[in-house]
Amino acid sequence: MQVPILKQGPYLIATIQSALTDADILQLRDALVEQVGRYRSRGVIIDVTALDVMDSFATGTLRDVAHMVRLRGAETVIVGIQPDVAFAMVHMGLTLEGVTTTLDLEEGLDHLNRNIKSSAAR
Amino acid sequence: MKPIEVMEEVCVAVASDQDIVSARMRGRTMALQLGFRATDATLIATAISELARNILLYAKSGEIVIAPLERGESRGLTVVARDRGPGIADTTRAMEDGYSTSGRLGLGLPGVRRLMDEFDLRSHAGEGTTVTVKKWND
Repeated sequence: MQVPILKQGPYLIATIQSALTDADILQLRDALVEQVGRYRSRGVIIDVTALDVMDSFATGTLRDVAHMVRLRGAETVIVGIQPDVAFAMVHMGLTLEGVTTTLDLEEGLDHLNRNIKSSAAR
Repeated sequence: MKPIEVMEEVCVAVASDQDIVSARMRGRTMALQLGFRATDATLIATAISELARNILLYAKSGEIVIAPLERGESRGLTVVARDRGPGIADTTRAMEDGYSTSGRLGLGLPGVRRLMDEFDLRSHAGEGTTVTVKKWND
């Protein structure tokens, strides 16, 4: 199932709505990296609230997205990791080091607004 | 003691990445039916996802069997991931964190071992691989 990507001002918001296959996650990665350039986006939010499992593939690919988006000049925030999913990730030893995570979409938008405003003021 | 519903084992053929999702969803459903907490059901689903992906990645196809477990008073769930792929040449190294022959994170099998209570890996070069894991509900 394809993940819808919403363009909202300078941000792209991808909301995962169900379990994703590996191919779906790769497609999301490619679409985000491409659209950051097409829309000259400053930030990307990936909402994983509805994701059933964050296994090594999903975690590794989301980490790749964040790093690729950074190389394209924008910032990524992963939002909505559920308590059970966080528990499983910690058990497995999976980390999202170097990737910003926030509790939910609202916090993610706050984070981007603060960061992008302060970098524009410099 | 209330009678225990007889629950059949579930076998999921793994030959595409959609099957990874099906297998882990069947596993979560059975775990919840067996009375596991949602947190444990997520651990089980995550383990199944890793095992199914290993099948697809290294053997192209295989199967995941999910079944209820009983040992004395204990109840649990077992997952058997079986393939007839090339097998694992070095099973000791395959269990090391960060070791991967596929260029991935290398946390799959050691991660699965940490998610579950019991873990058994049997593999012979050229004959395939069987991973059996168990989780007890206590």
